[in-house]
Amino acid sequence: MNRHLISAADLSLDDAVAILDTAEELARLAERPIPKLPTLRGRTVVNLFYEDSTRTRISFEAAAKRLSADVINFSAKGSSVAKGESLKDTALTLQAMGADAVVIRHGGSGAPYQLTNWIAGSVVNAGDGTHEHPTQALLDAFTMRRRLGRLDGLRVAIVGDILHSRVARSNVWLLHTLGASVVLVAPPTLLPVAVGAWPCSVSYDLSAVLPQCDVVMMLRVQNERMTDAYFPSVREYSRRYGLDDERMGLLPAHAIVMHPGPMNRGVEITADVADSPRSTIVEQVTNGVSVRMAVLYLLLGGTEAR
Amino acid sequence: MPDDVPETGRRPAGKQVLGPEEIRRALTRIGHEILERTEGAADVVLLGIPTRGVPLARRLARRLTETEGVSIPVGSLDITLYRDDLRLRPARTLGHTEVPPAGIDGRIVVLVDDVLFSGRTVRAALDALGDLGRPRAVQLAVLVDRGHRELPIRPDYVGKNLPTATREEVRVRLTEVDGEDSVTLVAGGQAAR
Amino acid sequence: MSTSAETESDWVIRGASLTGGDPADITISGGLITAVGPAGTASQGRARVLDATGLIALPGLVDLHTHLREPGREDAETVATGTAAAALGGYTAVHAMANTDPVADTAGVVEQVWRLGQQAGRCDVWPVGAVTTGLGGTALAELGAMADSAARVRLFSDDGQCVADARLMRRALEYVKAFDGVVAQHAQEPRLTEGAQVNEGEISARLGLTGWPAVAEEAIIARDCLLAAHVGSALHVCHVSTAGSVEILRWAKAKGWRVTAEVTPHHLLLTDELATGYDPVFKVNPPLRTAADVAALREGLADGTIDCVATDHAPHPAEAKQTEWGEAAFGMTGLETALRVVQQAMVDTGLLDWAGVADRMSLRPAVIGRLRDRGPGAADTRQGGPVAVGYPANLVLYDPAPGLPVDTGTHASRSRNSPYAGMKLPGQVIATFLRGTPTVLAGRLVR
Repeated sequence: MNRHLISAADLSLDDAVAILDTAEELARLAERPIPKLPTLRGRTVVNLFYEDSTRTRISFEAAAKRLSADVINFSAKGSSVAKGESLKDTALTLQAMGADAVVIRHGGSGAPYQLTNWIAGSVVNAGDGTHEHPTQALLDAFTMRRRLGRLDGLRVAIVGDILHSRVARSNVWLLHTLGASVVLVAPPTLLPVAVGAWPCSVSYDLSAVLPQCDVVMMLRVQNERMTDAYFPSVREYSRRYGLDDERMGLLPAHAIVMHPGPMNRGVEITADVADSPRSTIVEQVTNGVSVRMAVLYLLLGGTEAR
Repeated sequence: MPDDVPETGRRPAGKQVLGPEEIRRALTRIGHEILERTEGAADVVLLGIPTRGVPLARRLARRLTETEGVSIPVGSLDITLYRDDLRLRPARTLGHTEVPPAGIDGRIVVLVDDVLFSGRTVRAALDALGDLGRPRAVQLAVLVDRGHRELPIRPDYVGKNLPTATREEVRVRLTEVDGEDSVTLVAGGQAAR
Repeated sequence: MSTSAETESDWVIRGASLTGGDPADITISGGLITAVGPAGTASQGRARVLDATGLIALPGLVDLHTHLREPGREDAETVATGTAAAALGGYTAVHAMANTDPVADTAGVVEQVWRLGQQAGRCDVWPVGAVTTGLGGTALAELGAMADSAARVRLFSDDGQCVADARLMRRALEYVKAFDGVVAQHAQEPRLTEGAQVNEGEISARLGLTGWPAVAEEAIIARDCLLAAHVGSALHVCHVSTAGSVEILRWAKAKGWRVTAEVTPHHLLLTDELATGYDPVFKVNPPLRTAADVAALREGLADGTIDCVATDHAPHPAEAKQTEWGEAAFGMTGLETALRVVQQAMVDTGLLDWAGVADRMSLRPAVIGRLRDRGPGAADTRQGGPVAVGYPANLVLYDPAPGLPVDTGTHASRSRNSPYAGMKLPGQVIATFLRGTPTVLAGRLVR
């Protein structure tokens, strides 16, 4: 495995399976009386968050702490970053502090990649702009494998704002690597023009796709899309691309419903769907910690490849 | 435990010190000793340390069932996350930890491994065990004790005491993992790591 | 202009291949070319001799599109450092873009830039005037006053911004007819490129960077060609970057409309694949496009659909580039590498010979910039060649043989944002003469 986790596209099949298998073992350890492990004692993990994302930060923090790493949370708000310090200078500061890993969430695509130029330790992408969110895709794949027993040959629909979704990008690459077949469902305005080059198929019709799905993953519709002519109205979007009880009935009996959160209940997903037994939304959160533990262990648990 | 990376395929060149029959006899003797020392093994839980400690623990349990009619819970205890030498090698894939449903609290846990060398694996296993529960006692069974301890640890049950030089390597092969039963002493430098 | 002792010197340049032809001796006296004859025939007299065996002599290069940054961003470039960079690249004239601070939208600012160029003395600096006040896109700047000023502005551009308002663009095109001006359009439909970072396509989709669609350039070029035809004016299109743009220009030229266009060296060589490392040194506007676009641009330059090469030399301080891609400034330096890139992209590929290079990098830009008839005055500031008797001795001597990595440490530009740093490129500028005065000798700045 690489020293960094920047993009799900960089993961080989062996890498991806190793992460999922490791996460599986770690998930079982979480059920013990003492879920803490001494593995990363003396290692320092910095959570460098330029965007507010309490859920992702807490998930990484819990993962690092269960492996006994020291965790430093560095939020851009109220710090030197807010006073105009550049990413490079922040990186050099963290480097000087001896960070073994930097978990970075950033509004700009590619910022984690650039960070690797300035940091000797490992960089973990916790979501960059509209680029990728690889640990989210890994926890999604983990959840699918736990629920459905396999990934190879699974048919997965990802529905919503593909154009701006880092979750969708990471999932497309990872699921392709793992042998699942992905169909993206969205209004044409919310698909990249070059989506044809991606290893997946595309549909504009959610109802037509659902009967052939093992998994349907609903993406959040950002508020700012609602006013920028990507679609005429929230109501029309919900009617065409939202998942309600009736549409959920089109799914095969075994199929599951996923959402990376946070949800817009009533927009892309109705409350009864979100709370149904098919929904894995709460499991996804739990699984996130195991998957992030696996990533931190595999990146930091061995020789420093410096 | 010098060989936690499964060595499949080629048989190692070197001097064979135990063959299938000797391994069988060694396990039988260990089984008897466990019965004696634990008053019929009523509260015993066998935990094998991956990779080759696990099939050894299973064989021990089977032997006790066959010869004495006692049913002994078997599990596995992966110690990777507790190792003190993680930084010396690339991150390892985790072995499986499987604690029998009845748990280990109040039980006599017998840790089973193939080779006892520095004692660091056992130290890690004791740490891992501590996070799983609170056994009444912990004992250690090994197929081979090759000496050179670096920690105050000693086995309760030994299949064979094997004097070795530090540079030599002890290769244990088991049918379940390697397709045959053998213990080989490989001269230093020959070992392909 | 400058009156150092060297200006007074006469020169004999021996054995240079004239725009790639037979070796010739070129005699320079009083700032003019006084003789051109077969190699070994020129008499030395008291002239200094430069052995140019194996070198190619081209007329001094003319850049239609340079950002000298002064006034306002002297941390990135000054007229002095920018013209030094130009001389090292073989240029004898550059057009300084108007997006300075303050904007070059009045006679006062363009005269200031022009005077700074006179003082620097390493190459002629012809200021470009802004089309709209403050590049604001709403009101015409005082185009006539800039045309009548000492800077004699003929090229007008809001470069960096597109004159997006069709009615304002029409008025500008019409208005400059009064003084033979030309409007150089930065073709970028603003609504289609809000937040745009890289070429829209496979790479932008993968990198999650907002796409800059080709259509945003092509739609404006098509509109402006139609406007120029309608009002009978001259349109120049800056930094053409897409295959579709070449097609539209080919069509407009076939109609006989007065449309000219430039392409940058980087769009002739580099593609958007380079963005995959998120290194903002490759961030430029318009963005690097695809290999198919590069091929079409080369073809367009070879067949004359695109008239000339212009550098869009856009220096930026290190901190503007060592940052997140989305935050980083657009632009690349280019003056010091342009000829080498053109050799690699056009000459070594067989698409253009050296006479063609002289045409696309000297004569055509001089024609478009209205520099053919800028004399006689205090000095004969005609540019664009040819290397012939009676013309100003503006020359570049170029060695096409070396293939060394680009070392930005040797660059005279104040900025280091060259996308070619470390890249092997052919050729080396050996000497540059501005009206008989060497500005570069042995590959180094004179003085």
